[in-house]
Amino acid sequence: MIDLVAAAIAGFCVLAVAGGLLGRAAAGHFLVYGGCLLLCLGTLGAGLAAMMAPPTTLLLPLGIPWIGVHLRLDALSGFFLFLVGLGSAGASLFAIGYAAHDEQPQRVLPFYPLFLAGMHLVLLADDAFAFQFAWELMSLASWALVLAQHRDPANAQAGFVYLVMAVFSGLAMLLSFALMAGGQGSFAFDAMRASHPAPILAAVAFGLALVGAGSKAGLVPLHVWLPLAHPAAPSHVSALMSGVMTKVALYGFIRVVFDLLGGVPWWAATIVLVLGGVTAVVGVLQAMLERDLKRLLAYSTVENIGIVFVGLGLAMAFRANGFVAGAALAFTAALFHALNHTLFKSLLFFGAGAVLTVTGTRDIDQLGGLIKRMPVTSAAVLAGCLAISALPPMNGFASEWLTFQAVLLRPELPQWGLKLAIPADGALLALAAALAAACFVRMFGIAFLGRPRSIEAAIAHEVDRWSLGAMVGFGTLALLAGLFPGVVIDLLRPVSKAVLGASMPVQMGDPWMTTIPVEASRSSYNAALLALFVALSGGLAAVMVKRLGSRGLRRAPAWDCGFPDPSPMTQYTGGSFAQPVQRVYEGLGYQVREHVDMPPPGATRAARFSTTRSDLVWDWVYRPLGDWVGRIAGALNVLQFLTIRRYLGFVFVALIVLLLALALWQ
Amino acid sequence: MRGLAFDIAHMLAGFLVLASFLMLYQARLFALLHVLALHALVLALSVAWQAHIQGAPHLYITAAIALGFKAMLIPWALRRIVFQLGVHREIEAVGGIGLTMLAGMGLVALSLEVMLPVTAQADPVAREDIALALSVVLIGLLMMVTRRNAVSQVVGFLSLENGIILAATGARGMPLVVEISVAFSVLIAFIVIGIFLFRIRERFDSVDVGALDQFRGGRQ
Repeated sequence: MIDLVAAAIAGFCVLAVAGGLLGRAAAGHFLVYGGCLLLCLGTLGAGLAAMMAPPTTLLLPLGIPWIGVHLRLDALSGFFLFLVGLGSAGASLFAIGYAAHDEQPQRVLPFYPLFLAGMHLVLLADDAFAFQFAWELMSLASWALVLAQHRDPANAQAGFVYLVMAVFSGLAMLLSFALMAGGQGSFAFDAMRASHPAPILAAVAFGLALVGAGSKAGLVPLHVWLPLAHPAAPSHVSALMSGVMTKVALYGFIRVVFDLLGGVPWWAATIVLVLGGVTAVVGVLQAMLERDLKRLLAYSTVENIGIVFVGLGLAMAFRANGFVAGAALAFTAALFHALNHTLFKSLLFFGAGAVLTVTGTRDIDQLGGLIKRMPVTSAAVLAGCLAISALPPMNGFASEWLTFQAVLLRPELPQWGLKLAIPADGALLALAAALAAACFVRMFGIAFLGRPRSIEAAIAHEVDRWSLGAMVGFGTLALLAGLFPGVVIDLLRPVSKAVLGASMPVQMGDPWMTTIPVEASRSSYNAALLALFVALSGGLAAVMVKRLGSRGLRRAPAWDCGFPDPSPMTQYTGGSFAQPVQRVYEGLGYQVREHVDMPPPGATRAARFSTTRSDLVWDWVYRPLGDWVGRIAGALNVLQFLTIRRYLGFVFVALIVLLLALALWQ
Repeated sequence: MRGLAFDIAHMLAGFLVLASFLMLYQARLFALLHVLALHALVLALSVAWQAHIQGAPHLYITAAIALGFKAMLIPWALRRIVFQLGVHREIEAVGGIGLTMLAGMGLVALSLEVMLPVTAQADPVAREDIALALSVVLIGLLMMVTRRNAVSQVVGFLSLENGIILAATGARGMPLVVEISVAFSVLIAFIVIGIFLFRIRERFDSVDVGALDQFRGGRQ
């Protein structure tokens, strides 16, 4: 099985070369994306099979001589392989149609398969060298894709920020592995699993892994690059970065914290729980206020990463207290949500890409009325919005409900940190879920309903079949995963068993296919039954409104059909929808200034209202940090213009200082 | 025999350090070149003695290289360069000679202090040699830092290299190829630096590296 996946990775590399050679040819994109689609379907299947099978290993005589590249495929990497293969297959299918109009395909085609190869290789790596190499390959290839349209200064800026954050993340992971390798310097994961570093070293290694994987996944306050970099890339790459690469980062975190380090103490779980809760709320608040469709989705990714981290934090907390059944529930919920997020976030990015292709804008206040011009895209995006808002019977509800079940377990935990953090996280998650629903009501309502706000939106048309196929396919999968959550939970049992030594009870044994996370007397969820109820009551309401609502006699002004002002600009906008939320939560990660410019009495010019929003994390953390680095670099600039003798003097003094230190240290 | 062998090795190495101090003291270019020749001669003697007591005939080749190249060829070539270029023959030092000598003494003390505890398990001959060799290296570096004239910087570099050879031969079982490659690298460095000397002279009518710095817009 593992050699098939390794062959697929080699296949990606071949496709990258082919993409470089055939970048300009008409059939080039068809070959590259079609090839990627087939390979991803293969890795998807391999991942599914690996979840059930015992771990397999492979030693390739590549890389560092006499060490080689250790690869291993176990249940955990199998699940993530399935997830990455699924997301990548969807993105490749979408790209066959979407990228046909790409103006500079040679800037995307060579790097897209490399990006996929990097992500697949991270999952297989079984030593720190291979992991680090794959991690950096993934970062660099995606950086090149972010800069595909590099002439735009905003994209260049996004690429720079992304590169800095990627280097930072890679460095943190590297140091974490170095600490876990210990004095013997054995970088194979097997040796790291077997060794038990001192608690202080393990704590630092945990912190570095949290920072390294967290900054790649988008944990607040390391999330600043996501809303810059994800929108800058072409839409199918945005879908990959948001829907799939963040999951690879989660895999890195799980691999280090749950597998290599063994267990972590309870305070580590508290940190993850707090960061996860804050991430969920800050991410969704920013998404709520965003006008740019793809930036909105990127911020929403931050929110979902927060939810997954809450699940993982709960699993860590329960595990630290020996409550493995609870840990299995929380862990399964986290992985389920990661899978769901891949499905619906990819779908929504595809939708954003389709809208961008036909209208040329990502600004939701320039859109509107697309449901009439793009019915299939709209239906698929609506399914994605329902799922991401965690409405039953879609898949988002199932995984968030499971996460809440884990929060509500509330066993008697002795530590004060967890006693405070877990209920607080429950409240934060509830807030985030409500705001997410509002956010996507706003997004769908403004962009797809109402009347078009621009000529481009008014003349929009449906996109090609490949793109529609990808969107409808992912929408269907999201619905199926929501209708039959038991299938997915049962699929995740071996993963949880392999990582935690325990798993959730079997779900599909129940004749009514009811999901019972702990015991029936406590809570249960029957998705199919609920879906039936939703469909019946919704249909009944629709019939009632249609039959009874239009019967009543109403008195209205003549000839205006309900719209006293014919301009579409009088419609409710995204800004109007967000304003109450914006005012209530000001200070929570952002600051808003509202300017009202009233003309003096008697003047005939229009009054103006504008708002400026600033990101507090950026202003308080990143800008001062950047200023500091700039100042130090400016001060060090003097060093470039010294005399030869002074350079020699520096070397001399450095040598003397080191020798002195050595002499004193002895 | 053991005691005598140790004493002679120690004496020669000590003499090399003394020669380094002589270099620090010289204020005239030709005298400095003479001391450089003496430095290399002492090195050759020291290496030959190591060859004798270690019973390693290949070290005689190293000694011959030191004698031929460093004690004769290079000082002679430098002397020609100085003649041809008509270099100002007085050396301008940064800081007083006395201060530099004091610093050199401090460096010797430092290298003894660092090296002797580190090499506690090593062969006593190699141990003393390495400590003294480190002080020769440090004094060579000190000389490069405190001299303004490019020729004397070259001399400082060559004496530094002599210190490295001394350390390398003191350790038992150092393969010949390492020593030969070091010797060749020094020769190449010498050639490169010689060419640079000509080029600097051509442009600035002086081999004072300060002229180079002024040209680059740097500060003294």
